[in-house]
Amino acid sequence: MTWSYLPHTAEDRQEMLAAIGVKETMDLFADIPEQIRLRRGLNLPGPLSEPELAAHFAKLAAANANLAEYACFLGAGAYDHHIPSTVDHVLRRSEFYTAYTQYQPEISQGYLQALWEYQSMICALTGMPVANASMYDGATAMTEAAILACGATNRREILVARSVHPHYRSVLATYARDFDYDVKEIAFADGATSASELAALAGRSTAAVIVQNPNFFGSVEDLAGLVAATHAVGALFITVAEPTALGVLEAPGKLGSDMVVGEGQPLGLALAFGGPYLGFFAASAKLMRKMPGRIVGQTVDKDGKRGFVLTLQAREQHIRREKANSNICSNEALCALAISVYLATMGKEGFAEVSRQCLQKAHYAYDRIVAAGAAQPVFAAPFFQEFAVRPGKPIAEINASLLEQKIIGGLDLEEFYPELAGCMLLCVTEKRTKAEIDALAAGLEALL
Amino acid sequence: MNQPLLFELGKPGRKAFDLPACDVPEKKGLLPETCLRSEKAALPEVSQLELMRHYTQLSNRNFGVDTGFYPLGSCTMKYNPKINEDVARYNGLALLHPLQPAASVQGALAIIYAVEEALAEIAGMAAVTMQPAAGAHGELTGLKLIRAYHRDRGDFGRIKVIVPDSAHGTNPASVTMCGMEVLEIKSEPDGSIDLEALKAAVGSDTAALMLTNPSTLGLFESRIEAIAEIVHEAGGLLYYDGANANAIMGIVRPGDMGFDVVHFNLHKTFATPHGGGGPGSGPIGVKECLRPFLPNPRIEKLEGKYTFGCSEKSIGKVHSFYGNFGVIVRAYAYILAMGGAGLRQASEDAVLNANYCKKLLSKDYDSPFDRFCMHECILTSKKQKNNGIHTLDIAKRLLDYGYHPPTIYFPLIVEEALMIEPTETESKETMDGFISAMQQIAREALENPGLVLTAPQHTVVSRLDEAQAARKPVVRWEP
Repeated sequence: MTWSYLPHTAEDRQEMLAAIGVKETMDLFADIPEQIRLRRGLNLPGPLSEPELAAHFAKLAAANANLAEYACFLGAGAYDHHIPSTVDHVLRRSEFYTAYTQYQPEISQGYLQALWEYQSMICALTGMPVANASMYDGATAMTEAAILACGATNRREILVARSVHPHYRSVLATYARDFDYDVKEIAFADGATSASELAALAGRSTAAVIVQNPNFFGSVEDLAGLVAATHAVGALFITVAEPTALGVLEAPGKLGSDMVVGEGQPLGLALAFGGPYLGFFAASAKLMRKMPGRIVGQTVDKDGKRGFVLTLQAREQHIRREKANSNICSNEALCALAISVYLATMGKEGFAEVSRQCLQKAHYAYDRIVAAGAAQPVFAAPFFQEFAVRPGKPIAEINASLLEQKIIGGLDLEEFYPELAGCMLLCVTEKRTKAEIDALAAGLEALL
Repeated sequence: MNQPLLFELGKPGRKAFDLPACDVPEKKGLLPETCLRSEKAALPEVSQLELMRHYTQLSNRNFGVDTGFYPLGSCTMKYNPKINEDVARYNGLALLHPLQPAASVQGALAIIYAVEEALAEIAGMAAVTMQPAAGAHGELTGLKLIRAYHRDRGDFGRIKVIVPDSAHGTNPASVTMCGMEVLEIKSEPDGSIDLEALKAAVGSDTAALMLTNPSTLGLFESRIEAIAEIVHEAGGLLYYDGANANAIMGIVRPGDMGFDVVHFNLHKTFATPHGGGGPGSGPIGVKECLRPFLPNPRIEKLEGKYTFGCSEKSIGKVHSFYGNFGVIVRAYAYILAMGGAGLRQASEDAVLNANYCKKLLSKDYDSPFDRFCMHECILTSKKQKNNGIHTLDIAKRLLDYGYHPPTIYFPLIVEEALMIEPTETESKETMDGFISAMQQIAREALENPGLVLTAPQHTVVSRLDEAQAARKPVVRWEP
């Protein structure tokens, strides 16, 4: 039997075995004790030829409702935006995607420069002086920021707004438990983090305060006030930023954030059922040497020519082992490349315009739905592209009905917030057309 | 010549994308003035052609598996099949929101479920989670499961994880990230576990032993059963670092060696692209005793339908959603293309290739271990050292010959190590070319060491000043 990914002919194998001086390949496995070897073939499907593979996956793909055919009003941490075709054309260049980490800078200048440009653009968006070359996703980026804060302040208490993505809080809890960190949640009032609640909780043992902006409900938080209350007790302020909103919202760095992290998916990454995504991670200059993950730095070669290298590696696991800032090794480099291409393609004006259109279309949808009486408003806080409404019918029932009309409805908030039973979180990006929004509103009205 | 920075290209007013005009009536004053951005983010302003040329130029300044031989030890830089790139981009797989109702993503859930089953079979384990996004993330998840297991049994004192000094750096780093303590034990000179040192190390505080088998020296740990017995008798569990699993598919299974947790790197063993450092995927398989602690949600199959399930004893989530689904799709395509027999043939050829390189290079280079290696072999620059040539110099000279160098200076316990992992997807001719370049470099080291010391000559930049980069970090563009 032969496989196209395996180049050896029978003669090749014979020649190589002869050169090594053994009779058969299994002689090379002599170190593996007989009694633990697998004495049967692996029980797996396949092998499939390329056309068979393509057909098999086409069938699996057809069993899903995909967003080329459905209008998506679901957000909650993953967003359906326009992705320019430049992104995938660059991603498909195999000099990038078949490479590994840039340990040999002389033959990795292309990727290193692209990652350095990515870092620069994340700094530009967040208003921070330093960014790393990526974390796994938004949840782990936020969690690592919290761990960094505990180390940097030598404190053990983490205050996280209850309006931060529930999955992020779940990942934080998973990590924090084994460090014995004390995670406390800050309640929200009217859809936004309560400043008085924060003031009541924060104290001299608080390492970090984590606030998402816009938060899980889409509400825009009063960051400046929350930052002031945080710094008053000597804690670090971590903003979990929804990046598309940074086209209209003030850069969190300008408002005093010590770290700005978040999910990079909205910046040109396919939804892909939840991954691969990217966690962006930006920090103040003071925290640079405590940051996790890879960082690309600019330098010169022996002839004085500009070049790029992985730098500050003394923070990392392959050098510091158990004393490293984090255990992260592989990151999401290709996603960072995609985000660079996305941001450069949209450009200074285009990115701001995407953000502005999300804001406008979400408000049009909100007005359309609430004015028609198709649902009641839930919060009064200002919002960006997501908002909660109370339609008056079970959310699962509504979503099932919308799905029949090729509409993916909103998130049932009860799953994460029992007190918000009957509330639905809707998201409207720049990609949704007026006709789609009107169809959603009509679909909700029809259920009244 | 330098490739200009993105920020040095274009000019104000240029753009690379035409967004549809806003088709809803617009309103002013939707957000409080104090929240609004005071100045637009300084993003590039380039035309679409300028942008494509920029990235094409950058790609030309980068080396991947499709460019040439990439024998980077411990990283399994095998060929990335092109059909896998295509299927992962099918609308029905790429355009799915992770929170869509389960009924609308049955095909996606079927894929995750099928890969879990396949990996459980390959690993000899009872259950698998696909949530971890990379190998180190899998290590952390696996250690958390082990910790949860001990805690659940009321055994709170087990906080030490034994790690041999030959281990990957991620192993001890993951232990720390799990709030546990590393107990490092010295390996035998051939990288195998010193059984007496292990016996002395285990005790009532032992949570686990982390082991890579084949070891990071590319050698199979023959006494694995005795090792497992020592650890299990002391009440600890065994963690398998699957970085080197490309040597064993269909031949021996970590579960049958006595391991309780295993992680695989889909971007190594299962042919998904390394992507320039990610995205990877680090699924873990576990024995039955650890199943209740796996991350939530679990994907379950009931009467032919896939649903999300939850376990009360779960360690919780480790990823925003279900892991790197796009990578999982590619790995599934690889497994299906190969089948069980194909995976075994891949491992056999990987081991054959490594031994072939080892044998043919051991005249010119020091080959410290006189036995068959598994999927990778270790050489050193000991013979070249007298001429002032170090491993780094050999690696840099290989760049001039058009090869990606092997992993260098790892494992740490071998001085001046060069770790060569050809993988099974490389032909004999490719390896012969590499071997002859290595032999030529060995001659140069004797006859013209200056040539090796000043390498590389033919790359777009020469050796870079890493000290300056770290001393005065310039990590972003400033207008």
